[in-house]
Order: sequence, then structure tokens, then C-alpha cells
Amino acid sequence: MRLVLIGLVAGFFSALFGVGGGVVIVPLLLLFCGWQARAAAATSLAAIGITAVSGVIAYTLHGDVRVGYAALVGVPAAVSVAGATALQQRLRIHTIELLFAAFLLGVAVWLFVK
Amino acid sequence: MTYVLAIALGLVAGVLAGMFGVGGGILFVPTLVVLGLGPHEATGTSLLAIVPTVVVGTWRQSSYGNVRWRGALVIGVVAAAAAQGGVALAEALSDATLRKLFAGLLVLVAAQIAWRARHADR
Repeated sequence: MRLVLIGLVAGFFSALFGVGGGVVIVPLLLLFCGWQARAAAATSLAAIGITAVSGVIAYTLHGDVRVGYAALVGVPAAVSVAGATALQQRLRIHTIELLFAAFLLGVAVWLFVK
Repeated sequence: MTYVLAIALGLVAGVLAGMFGVGGGILFVPTLVVLGLGPHEATGTSLLAIVPTVVVGTWRQSSYGNVRWRGALVIGVVAAAAAQGGVALAEALSDATLRKLFAGLLVLVAAQIAWRARHADR
């Protein structure tokens, strides 16, 4: 039931603010469900996969997807995500959470000045 | 030069995805706008760029046993449906005020997570 609520909030906020669902999903899994950081981040990525594919289909129908540009940023990201995942696995949980808190602060500042 | 920057920002987005479980769209969208795409094209193209990022990220995370598949399925399917409603509402509301409220909320959430990380005995 809590997961359904998280999905609702994540889908809603991501559409509203143009932030990926992860900025919403991960904090809610940490604070609302009491998950630890690695499970929250990993499960968030899998959930985003579903929403992203659904979004790609919708935007493709409107002719708003540029495959070459997607590859230009997506392929480097797909390479570095593997290394970052290995690094995350070695960090202590509270280190990951502190870094994530700092990242959220950065997102907040960016939303504020944008 | 712009392309080199785009690749560099793509690499950073992947690091954020692997470390924090975000898709990377937060960096993809502004990068694509700088490359000359319109706002809708940038959003649609960012969503496509997120797909390989999260596929590789989820595959690596699952090899460490961190993915909870049932939870991911519930959140993902519900979020995909809710996003449709969010888009409709986004067009009806003025977004500057809402964005600042959301930014304020994120500061509180960040403080709560940092507090938890400092005080949880793990």
C-alpha cells in the first residue's frame, strides 16, 4: 500500500517538476518505508525503467524523441553507472545517505534558481 | 566542445544513477536544451537516455542482491499512470511557486536523511 502511494507521488511530482522519479522515490523508501540506502537506490532504478519506457512511448508518438542525442548522453551514463554501482556497494550506508542528502540539497538549490 | 561537455555530463549522470538511484534526467534535460533541443524534445529524449542507464544500473544492482522486484514493479507501474495526471495538472498550475515549495520540501527531506544517517547506529 505504501509502495502504491510512493508510485503515485513519484509519477505526479516527476511530471509536475520535470525531476526524475528517483528524487522522490528514494527519500520516500528511506524515510517512509525504512529501507536502507542500497535497496532504495536499486529498486528506484528498476521502477524508473518502467516509467521511462512508458514516457518514451508517449513522447515518440508526438515525435519528440531524438535517438542520436539520447545515445550521446545515455551511453556514457550507462558506462559510468556500472562503476558507480560498484562504488556504492563498497561505501558504508550512512556515507551513501549523507551524500544523498547533499545531492538533494543541490537539487533544491537548482530548482530554486532555475 | 559542446559534445565533449554532453558526454562528460552523461558520465556524471551515470554516477548519480549508480550512487543514488535517480535516473539522470535532472542532468540530461538541461544538457539536451544546451544542445539545442526544445523543452518537449529534451524531455522525451532524456527519457530514452534514462533507459540504458537504468537497465545497466538495475542489472549491476541486482547482481549485488539490492533490487526488490515486486516493489519496483508496483512503484513503476503506478508512477507511469500517475505521470499522466501530473502532466495535465502541470499545465493548469503556475509552476514557479510550486517549484520553490518542492525545493523547500527537499531541503527538509535532506535534513531528515542526514539526521538519520548520523544517528542510526549502523
